Amino acid sequence: MEHEKIDLLLNPESVRKILTGFIRSEISRVGYTRAVVNLSGGLDSSLTCYLAVEALGAENVLTLLLPYKSSTSDSLEHSEMVINALGVQSLTIPITDMADALIGRFPDMSRVRQGNIMARLRMIVLYDQSEVFHALPVGTGNKTEILLGYTTLYGDSASAINPLGDLYKTQVRQLAKSIGVPAAIIDKPPTADLWVGQTDEGELGFTYEEVDQLLYLLVDQRYKPEDCIQAGFSESFVSTVIERIRRNQFKRLMPPIAKLSNRTVGYDFLYLRDWGT
Amino acid sequence: MKLNLAIAQISTHLGDVNANLEKHLDLIRQAQAKGADLIVFPELSLTGYCLQDLVPTVAHKPVQGDAVFKPLLEASQYIDLVVGFVDEDRRHRFYIASAYLSGGRVVHIHHKVYLPTYGLFDEGRFFANGDTVRAFDTQFGRMGILICEDFWHASPPYLLWLDGADLLIFTSASPGRGINDQPMLESARWVEDINRAYASLFTSFVLHSNRAGYEDGLNFWGGSTVYDPNGDLVSRSAYHEEALMFTDVDLNQLHRTRARLPLLRDERPILVLHELQRMLGFGQPRKAAK
Repeated sequence: MEHEKIDLLLNPESVRKILTGFIRSEISRVGYTRAVVNLSGGLDSSLTCYLAVEALGAENVLTLLLPYKSSTSDSLEHSEMVINALGVQSLTIPITDMADALIGRFPDMSRVRQGNIMARLRMIVLYDQSEVFHALPVGTGNKTEILLGYTTLYGDSASAINPLGDLYKTQVRQLAKSIGVPAAIIDKPPTADLWVGQTDEGELGFTYEEVDQLLYLLVDQRYKPEDCIQAGFSESFVSTVIERIRRNQFKRLMPPIAKLSNRTVGYDFLYLRDWGT
Repeated sequence: MKLNLAIAQISTHLGDVNANLEKHLDLIRQAQAKGADLIVFPELSLTGYCLQDLVPTVAHKPVQGDAVFKPLLEASQYIDLVVGFVDEDRRHRFYIASAYLSGGRVVHIHHKVYLPTYGLFDEGRFFANGDTVRAFDTQFGRMGILICEDFWHASPPYLLWLDGADLLIFTSASPGRGINDQPMLESARWVEDINRAYASLFTSFVLHSNRAGYEDGLNFWGGSTVYDPNGDLVSRSAYHEEALMFTDVDLNQLHRTRARLPLLRDERPILVLHELQRMLGFGQPRKAAK
């Protein structure tokens, strides 16, 4: 695709300082000292572990490895690389039996349904272990997937705090490189690993490199669609992405409450989470 | 003449005024022990920034009888203070306010005039806007206080300059944003650029006290600065960390800079007034709207 080169470079030291400070502040101010992270062996969760360890210390971070029977061996190997490099505690809890107990009842279940069940089971284990480890679950979603809605609602989207949610995937890659995430993890094709051969870019139909540049113009720089087309992006790509952003807004909000009273949560009962801390 | 300045670049507890007061008193003691003449706290330093529905519950009146201001006024017997708080007037309007305390009394209160209500800001929803911009006298010279968005408009610093302020005290709780390949966030660069510009244009000191810490996902970038009347950076606190910064402000620099560069002498406020009157239609019949 021929379009202007859009600069998504970041200063890793500055971003690292803000994000580790964020993790430390938002966990400690509610009385916790520890974090738990679901580690898939992919880029986002690996970087999240590195940041959590830098913020809280390795002894205060628990990583969970939650493989399903179809998970690739890469996922576990790469997770082990992160665990060994950081010296964090880890717990492996296969989700196959739990998932298959439900999946087995519906022989025609689609891949998407199965994938959502896996993502939501991983959320259940994450929150359950957070109680055992006295920790807050740290999310791993990035800005690209949040905007595109490429996430399972109440599955991988669920967490107590989300350090990477304002970084595009290509920026996550830069930060990961600078912080020392192993190259094997940075260089492999991103995948949710919910079924064999799945890749993000294959499923989305475009590359992160391309979509991040378009999202940056649309969202960060407030370009009109026609300005994006003028900048060299194809009309169909621009409209596909805009529609994806709109259609997935529901994943980015708490469910709307039907307003009846004079003061309603979400409308005119307004407090930050950090209220009183 | 020197002003031993302390800038308290602090993080706050959101809505916990007593916890914030303790931090103020502790830093005031530290500054006093180091011989500081003046300590400047950032915007809403006693309450935290994103108050939303907490606003009416954290308001205090800067009077001797108020439990929060009593110890601050006592401390001001020994060191001048600028503190940020929520002020509630007699008719129960709430303001983002900064008070200058000295010698056990309130010397000046500034109510934030410009309340940003766009993007990530929602101040106009919760606060009333102030309607005065006034300089005031201190033992270190004439000063003026502005709060964050106030100094994104050129007129309040200009008015303070014309009202005799030689030291402009800017306070803010500026959320960090805008990443690129530079070590400095865009929001930090924007603020430093304009502070340097005001110092240069008004041949005055610009003292900026910004917050550190986090509120939910917002980070406050610190980086408090002092610029001298040449527009030169005298000192800067660390980015993104709490800090108590001490700076010797050489007030004699005003004499040297203004001897070289008589911008204040040559300023023509009457010209400004005439042109504003013309633009705003004062002194001539209004034209009917088309």
